[in-house]
Amino acid sequence: MDVEILARIQFAFTVAFHYIYPPLSIGLGLLMVIFEASYIRTKDDTYHKLAKFWTKIFALTFGIGVVTGIVMEFEFGTNWATYSRYVGDVFGSALAAEGIFAFALESGFLGVLLFGWNRVKPWVHLVATIGVFLGSMFSAVWIVVANSWQQTPAGYHIVGEGMEARAEITDFWAMVFNPSSVDRLTHVWLGAFLSGAFLVLSVHAYYLLRNRYVELSKTAFRIALIVALVFSLGQLLTGHHSADGVSVNQPAKLAAMEGHYENESPADLYLFGWVDQGEETVHGLGIPGGLSFLLAQDFDHPVKGLRDFAKEDRPTQVNAIFQFYHIMVFIGTLLILLSVVGIFMLKKERIFKMRWLLWIFVFAAILPQIANQAGWFTAEMGRQPWVVYGLLRTSDALSVAVSANQVLFSLIMFFLIYLLLFLLFVYLLNKKIKNGPYSEDDSDDDRPHTREITEVLTGKY
Amino acid sequence: METILGIDYPTLWFLVVGGLFSGYAILDGFDFGAGAWHLFFNKEENRRIALNAVGPVWDGNEVWLVIGGGALFAGFPVMYASLFSAMYTPFMLFLLFIILRAISIEFRGKEPMKWWKKTWDICYSISSIMLAFLLGVVMGNILGGIALGPDHNYVGSGFFEFLNPYALMTGFTTLFLFMSHGAIYLLLKTEGKLYEKLKLLLKKGMIFFMVSFGITSLYTLLYYPHLSDDFSHNPGLFVVPLATFLSIANVPRLASKGKYRMAFVFTSLTISLMMVLVAVELYPTLLFSTVDEAYSLDIYKAAASDKSLGIMLLFVAIGGPLVLGYTVFVYRTFRGKVKLDEHSY
Repeated sequence: MDVEILARIQFAFTVAFHYIYPPLSIGLGLLMVIFEASYIRTKDDTYHKLAKFWTKIFALTFGIGVVTGIVMEFEFGTNWATYSRYVGDVFGSALAAEGIFAFALESGFLGVLLFGWNRVKPWVHLVATIGVFLGSMFSAVWIVVANSWQQTPAGYHIVGEGMEARAEITDFWAMVFNPSSVDRLTHVWLGAFLSGAFLVLSVHAYYLLRNRYVELSKTAFRIALIVALVFSLGQLLTGHHSADGVSVNQPAKLAAMEGHYENESPADLYLFGWVDQGEETVHGLGIPGGLSFLLAQDFDHPVKGLRDFAKEDRPTQVNAIFQFYHIMVFIGTLLILLSVVGIFMLKKERIFKMRWLLWIFVFAAILPQIANQAGWFTAEMGRQPWVVYGLLRTSDALSVAVSANQVLFSLIMFFLIYLLLFLLFVYLLNKKIKNGPYSEDDSDDDRPHTREITEVLTGKY
Repeated sequence: METILGIDYPTLWFLVVGGLFSGYAILDGFDFGAGAWHLFFNKEENRRIALNAVGPVWDGNEVWLVIGGGALFAGFPVMYASLFSAMYTPFMLFLLFIILRAISIEFRGKEPMKWWKKTWDICYSISSIMLAFLLGVVMGNILGGIALGPDHNYVGSGFFEFLNPYALMTGFTTLFLFMSHGAIYLLLKTEGKLYEKLKLLLKKGMIFFMVSFGITSLYTLLYYPHLSDDFSHNPGLFVVPLATFLSIANVPRLASKGKYRMAFVFTSLTISLMMVLVAVELYPTLLFSTVDEAYSLDIYKAAASDKSLGIMLLFVAIGGPLVLGYTVFVYRTFRGKVKLDEHSY
């Protein structure tokens, strides 16, 4: 295989793996802030236990997020040297802001968040939790801004030619608020909140089914369900805005998402289907004029097809883009449905007796994860063959000095080490869930940590 | 070209990047160093204490790498691209060890079996050693220069070329410096028998460091005239190596009096001064080409535009004090000896 394919596989693999964790950190961060603020407001120890418990799980996702994030940063330079030279000037300020305002905030307060429970006053600890949460939100800002600039470049001019060509920044705010940043950022944030909320729902549904930590789990479940409802509905809005933006700024991507090859008016909206790339048609079930209506609230609104673009300027993996996009939309709908049903059943605590529904919530934690990944793949594959839309082709963005063997070696290395990392994650997550928020045999408030302390002293930790 | 106080933007950013990497070397330096000693501690309890001494801070320290790397990418994208794609394999190994190290820290305490802990102890210690060593190797290659071709792309023969004797020497120097630095950090954090043992280890670490630093300095003077040239043109610069030697000599003096807090300040200072030394030797070049001097990358060829650098300098001016503020806050919160509690590793 050639360097380009290998480097793309490596980047896709490492970024997909990375993207499991930061959204969880952001989402759990939000819930931790809610739990801890509730504790300070009500002095109810339930919230304190919840905050501590979820902080332990947060620590896990945060740690893996940092190490896999370092990999991403290095890969820009090692595998995509030409790209780095090309975008460095524009990305520079976004990355600098990310480092100084976001990462430093996150990591600075992380130590207090994790190990400071007994060392600082409760409100100082809450400030640390909020600091870490805001830091993780800011991190998302700058990296999504940089990626959005690749989708819809703005605020730059091109200097130099050929191998020496590069984009230089002319207007910082135009770069930050490029046409797709706000839509994509809110979409990413809400996706992150959902992955956190559904993990909390899953774990506490499991406890309820096992009849453990019942009262505490009911509290957590209620809060997480409200978060899930608000943001799954919100996701409709940000998703709609994003798609509108894509239709204006990256029409070839929109055509691929819906599998339209011909210019159409009215354009159908496919609920599901299969793109035959040879025949350039879609087989599936569509709502006539649906896409036209969604984009312009007019059933006859014309939509550009892929054939309108030169063959070398359109994405090649149309079916994959179509499927990823539809998986994301399908899951989005499912999450709304689940949240609404859940909220409805919360009346008189009916939901806590419906074992089948709780079991659905146990497994639903995987859904936002799949949707996040599918959405990311739609965005990135839909941008092809460009790495910077309309300016720099992916095939021109590679490192000239790197050979296929080197990339193959590192790809195998990442595959193995990430397998280990993933096993670690699953193992520790399982262990932390099994251990639970506190010890049930000895739960009177005078001696809440006795068991843990004995474990520490006997070296069990 | 725009300037502040008569200093142009690329030079200012060169100072920022240098400052960030010094900060990174001081911070991750002590936790790599502490990790490198890990297998020298025999008892399970001692290993746990040593691990928990770095427990609250190692993650945050690594963020400095992300920030430093980001600053290099942002300010000198051409350097970032050339260096990282040239030294592909060393950087990939660095990533491997940094992940393995994180895995070891997390895994080790989670099962009670002896073999389990032993495996992760070995993994943790070797990763820490290799990380310190690889950082030194990269530094050695930056100082010695690499085979950079006409469009800033590497044209050399690859991995083994980077393991030249000079780079190996800078690798060992870095490792022993970090080990001394890490031992002092642990001395500040421990008591009893472990404390006594660390005193002996620190002595060994300092001796190894001084010997390898001496060899590296001689090597530089004899074989790399492009690095020592600046000093003959501008004798005032001799202040830097002089201060470095004094700072190094001060460490064993303070250690013998048991003033470990000051000793830690001086190993930190030594690391900073060595970075200053590197900066003086390089400036204004970032990466020497061993193929042809004309292909070398200097800060002006490698830099982002003045517009971009200006924005970033503003960020540093606003964000820098903030970062400093909460770093101090965190270290104050966790000052003093390690006490294992239910939140420990």
